[in-house]
Amino acid sequence: MNMNPSMQGAPISKQALINQINESCFALDDVILFLDTHPNDAAAMDYYRNVVALKRQAMDLYQRQYGPLVIDSVYGNRWDWINDPWPWEGGC
Amino acid sequence: MWIYEKKLQYPVNIKEPNAKLAKYIISQYGGPDGEINASLRYLSQRYTMPHGMQKAVLTDIGTEELAHMEMIAAIVHQLTRGLSAEELEAQGFAPYYIDHTAALWPQAAGGVPLNANQIQSKGDPITDLFENLAAEQKARTTYDNILRVVSDPDVCDPIRFLRKREIVHFQRFGEALRDLQEKLDSRNFYAFNPSFDKK
Repeated sequence: MNMNPSMQGAPISKQALINQINESCFALDDVILFLDTHPNDAAAMDYYRNVVALKRQAMDLYQRQYGPLVIDSVYGNRWDWINDPWPWEGGC
Repeated sequence: MWIYEKKLQYPVNIKEPNAKLAKYIISQYGGPDGEINASLRYLSQRYTMPHGMQKAVLTDIGTEELAHMEMIAAIVHQLTRGLSAEELEAQGFAPYYIDHTAALWPQAAGGVPLNANQIQSKGDPITDLFENLAAEQKARTTYDNILRVVSDPDVCDPIRFLRKREIVHFQRFGEALRDLQEKLDSRNFYAFNPSFDKK
């Protein structure tokens, strides 16, 4: 995956943002399990910090444009958490 | 405490409903080696793990299994979505449809309901970690069996992802077991139960 955390600048399509979220979230899911059994691995810690930054940035960009993915990120004046589609219906 | 992310761990976008496949794949929802049982097993076992590494591995894999449960549910939902009663019947789904319409209900492919007797939480960390190594292999075998009878690439793709995660989890449980054994008496791992006996 692209490890460069600087994604500002050119507008990013919704699908590209979803791909960034899926990739960074999966990288995080995988590296946390590795770190659980290798807590002193410096390279894995660097990778962890990098993917956390990528995930935060992609999640924030997505949620500000397309609605919340986590319950503390409802940014508009309406409670958009209830909006369809849900993940099992072909949402994010 | 858990926080829900309104997204799947890996995308599920099935274009062609097929209730026959749903009947097979629901086994990884509520079957003996399914994702609900996996999560329940690990999240129950963590209270009697003696060290932080094993508590973390069980917590984090148990959490990921909840995301897998949601993916399997999404596959079953999309495979049965929009089908009429006649279509469900023609595709061999009538017995399930009679009791559950097109809802999600935790059962095995053969109709056996989810049952805690299908898992173990033994309170001995060596025993429990071996249970989990076996559980990951049983789930991997189930995914291999599913992949032999499914050809729709929209279904195979997320199933292959889930199969690969079983192998990663097996690896992590093996490392957690090795770490535990290194902390025990190397001449006799079974000299005492580190989460029960007073040394």
